[in-house]
Amino acid sequence: MIELIPAIGRYVRQWVDSLGSHAQFAARIGAAALRPPFRPRRSVEAMYDSGVLSVVIICVSGFAVGMVLGLLFYLSLSRFGSQEVLGAIVGIALVRELAPVFTALLVTGRAGSAVTAEIGTMVVTEELDGLRMLSIDPVHFVVLPKSMALLFVMPILTAFFALFGIAGAYVAGCIVLGVDGGTFVTSLIDAVDFENDIMGCFLKSVIFGSLLGLVATYRGYHCEPTSRGVSSATTQTVVVASVSVLIFDYFITALWGF
Amino acid sequence: MNSSKKLDWFVGIFVLLGLGAMATLSISIGGATYSGKGGLTLYATFDEIGGLKDRAPVLIAGVKVGLVESIHLSEDYRAKVRMDVDDTLVLPFDSSASIRTAGLLGDQFIHIELGAEEEALKAGEEFAYTEDALVIESLIGKLVHNLGIEKDE
Repeated sequence: MIELIPAIGRYVRQWVDSLGSHAQFAARIGAAALRPPFRPRRSVEAMYDSGVLSVVIICVSGFAVGMVLGLLFYLSLSRFGSQEVLGAIVGIALVRELAPVFTALLVTGRAGSAVTAEIGTMVVTEELDGLRMLSIDPVHFVVLPKSMALLFVMPILTAFFALFGIAGAYVAGCIVLGVDGGTFVTSLIDAVDFENDIMGCFLKSVIFGSLLGLVATYRGYHCEPTSRGVSSATTQTVVVASVSVLIFDYFITALWGF
Repeated sequence: MNSSKKLDWFVGIFVLLGLGAMATLSISIGGATYSGKGGLTLYATFDEIGGLKDRAPVLIAGVKVGLVESIHLSEDYRAKVRMDVDDTLVLPFDSSASIRTAGLLGDQFIHIELGAEEEALKAGEEFAYTEDALVIESLIGKLVHNLGIEKDE
């Protein structure tokens, strides 16, 4: 029983340590972002990998989530005879919560894990050491473009998700179940406002993007130089990024737009 | 076309489409705010505003002509509502403002009933006649009270 106390202490210290070194790493990335030479080419390549290649999965998932929402809310609302607010409910649910969170989780799985695995493999094959030998800062050359790409890609993909989700809800609600299309669109436009909902949506996606960019590159950069190390770093990226996205989501929702 | 050029194209298209999607979300879905002119600031003082909120619509005959800018407590502890209304409107100065509810449970809005005078309300002026929000609880209270009195008699 008495050993429990130092065990808790050690755990908390490790946790605070890792929080601190995340912050330090974030500061290194930030400092690297301001330091020339700028390499837009590398960022474009990274945006292609994590952005363009994620478009299809984001759009398909958005459409599917929207259809499910349309179906479910239609079933509940039709019991009260108020199907005409379907657009409003689906719109607010998608724009405020589901689009940023789902997109962050999908991008974490689709692109964040790939970033960690790539940087981790570079650690294993001593490519980063090779860069250091050439007096090129690996944070500047490898980490910065990848984390920036994740940050920039997130709001764009969130917008795709929200639009395709609304389209999916329209298809399920209006075309399949026969809610009036005009009413759907009007109540959607009436309910979703710019300052609270849309800005909140993009604020969330930018915060999630920077969070994922930091976690994915940090885990890769600090991974143990073994194949096991790469696999556990990739797993940790997905776990840590997903959980912190969900926790941050609560606080952003609580602080913004009430 | 070499592969790096192709990649540039894909990313360029991706970013442009993304910005388009963000703009669509912001303007056509988020842009529900009153897009009319505004410019004419009017005030109205009520004893009870119920659930009236900032940015609630101001309607004439059901048509949106402006919105509530702010709600303050006046010196004599009444609710002073500041509205921004389309400045091309000529509202007779004996027009009245009333707080109504859309449907039974809907949002509250300000309804302007036009008066008959020639002279118009000018910017910064106050509605002379106002009608308070109906508070269902107090209505029920009155009803119950009246029923009780009838019974006693």
